[in-house]
Amino acid sequence: MAEIEIKNLHKSFGDFVAVKNSNLVIENKEFFVLLGPSGCGKTTTLRMIAGLELPTSGNILLDREDVGYLRASQRDIAFVFQLFALYPHMNVKNNLAFPLKMQKFSKTEVDSKVMEAAKLLRIDHLLKSKVSSLAGGDRQRVALGRALVRRPKAFLMDEPLGTLDAEFRELMCLELRKLHDEIDATTVYVTHDQQEAMSMADRIAVMNEGEVLQADSPKIIYNKPKTKFVANFIGSPGMNFIPIKEKITPNQSSIKLLDSSLKIPEQREGTNSNENFLGVRPENLRLVSENGVKGNIFGVEYLGSRKILTVETQLGNIKIRVDSDTQVKINEQIQFDTLNNNQIIFDGSNDMALQSEFMS
Amino acid sequence: MDTSRSPSEASGFSRKLAATIIIVYMVVTLIPISWMVATSFKSVDSAISYPPEVFFEPSLEGYVNLFTNRSRQPKDYLDSLPPPDTWYEELVRSREMVITGPSKFLPRYSNSLIIGFGATFFSVFLGSLAAYALSRFRVPLKDDLLFFILSTRMFPPIAVAVPIFIMYRKLGLGDTHVGMIILYTVVNLSLSVWLLKGFMDEIPREYEEAAMIDGYSRMQAFFKVVLPQATTGIAATAIFCMIFSWNEYAFAVLLTQFNAQTAPPFIPTIIGEGGLDWPAIGAGTTLFLIPVMIFTVVLRKHLLRGITFGAVRK
Repeated sequence: MAEIEIKNLHKSFGDFVAVKNSNLVIENKEFFVLLGPSGCGKTTTLRMIAGLELPTSGNILLDREDVGYLRASQRDIAFVFQLFALYPHMNVKNNLAFPLKMQKFSKTEVDSKVMEAAKLLRIDHLLKSKVSSLAGGDRQRVALGRALVRRPKAFLMDEPLGTLDAEFRELMCLELRKLHDEIDATTVYVTHDQQEAMSMADRIAVMNEGEVLQADSPKIIYNKPKTKFVANFIGSPGMNFIPIKEKITPNQSSIKLLDSSLKIPEQREGTNSNENFLGVRPENLRLVSENGVKGNIFGVEYLGSRKILTVETQLGNIKIRVDSDTQVKINEQIQFDTLNNNQIIFDGSNDMALQSEFMS
Repeated sequence: MDTSRSPSEASGFSRKLAATIIIVYMVVTLIPISWMVATSFKSVDSAISYPPEVFFEPSLEGYVNLFTNRSRQPKDYLDSLPPPDTWYEELVRSREMVITGPSKFLPRYSNSLIIGFGATFFSVFLGSLAAYALSRFRVPLKDDLLFFILSTRMFPPIAVAVPIFIMYRKLGLGDTHVGMIILYTVVNLSLSVWLLKGFMDEIPREYEEAAMIDGYSRMQAFFKVVLPQATTGIAATAIFCMIFSWNEYAFAVLLTQFNAQTAPPFIPTIIGEGGLDWPAIGAGTTLFLIPVMIFTVVLRKHLLRGITFGAVRK
């Protein structure tokens, strides 16, 4: 197992820049998720780590050895593809044995390693089956088995659960994480699904337009996003952004919102711009009977354990998470205020979060 | 109203009509072939009798004549010979002839096999390498290259017969197996590159990428992972290439005489006494049909899937 370090990694295809000078350190035994919308460069980054694409510039260090320009076969990593890429002309056993045949193992060694991997993934009863006869989940397991059978330095996974149905995906999330812990793997996992990322990752790197915006634990990514994009992308629904028409200065601890004043965490930085945003998560707002911001209920989404209200206000549409037994009607006038002091100010000029009492 | 059958199911009448049409078509198609096979089992006389004989006494004369050279001898010489050892000697004696040696059919036939399968192998092998490269790599001027490859088939090959004839004479390739294999390979390559590129495009890159990550070189990945999945395309391409090189007549007449002559230019030259020996020609043609028929039947399963161009993914 290994540590992976990415230094100033850059990749362009002609005029299109897929990955912009990215820096990341993925620690030994870490479950690291690259998260972002499609086209953000996460898969390209992964393919460069694997050796399926060569970087335009920059370095990739695997256990402090620069492998950026080595062939995929010389890097000792394993890759799980979205469509599994199981060889259809071989049965399950041969698929699992394929990576071992290249290394000089005796036939009995190959057999025992295949058996070990198959038992670990509970597919030992399928060894003689044809790949085409397997169900989605079993294919997934065979693909994982093929990756772990030769115990590589790192596992790279490119949306491996993307083709499974929702129910099975949750189960596989758990299994993947358990497997990762059991074999002390270093895993780099690419997905666009924040739920997968949140539930499995030790750390998440959120990417957009080829740039790594933030790499932190799921909790920090969720609660203390460094940019407006991260704040909006993570969470369902994303963070509310309330426009504030005032310049924020260091040590400021309240802002004017319509005609009332709102307490915010004490700021450590000021903004460049006069038009900024107050970021607040839907669950950090609550309905109150007086002295709140007024608005009309525009929509109600019932989600079982909770309800998401969309409220039309003079500040724009705001989402509020309430208990599912809260009774509200469409067009009803309500008032709300903030539940706690977890607000974040985003500088309107660069969409970056300001340092504050809460953020630091 | 009868609702027991689904709308997509054909009615009894249209099924019968379809069956009739197919049977009629089959008969029309098979008559020349069955006539040829029948002729190969006729005697020389019954082959040219008028009106043509549909029912006849079968004889292996055609096949014996095909494989042997014979000469006519006076009756007293024949009587002086010891009695014939084999059934075919007896058959030839009854026509007042003796066998003077084997004919050239067998060497011509094996030339056809060597050149036909050789050219097919190389067309498919080189074609699959080129198709893979054109399918996977960023080749400069790729589209122009592909068009150029195709353009070599835009004129009839025989149009370049004279330059090829001169070139082959200078290079010493005339009337050699190598020369003919090269020629048929070249003619087939454009078809094989284009057909196989279609199939290669259908194979997801992930397969060879997976193999390369698992420690295989690109070449090994190509042979172990890509080629096995292109079986359908390879089979279809091989059949087309085989049929062309097996049947090719014009270049074979022009470029081969002795050493590397294939069966197509040889069979029509089987001349019996006082005219063409039709049963022998029939026998030669029948035998000539067999390899390509076996080849096609063996690969037929792949061919059917192949011509649909991998439209249905596994």
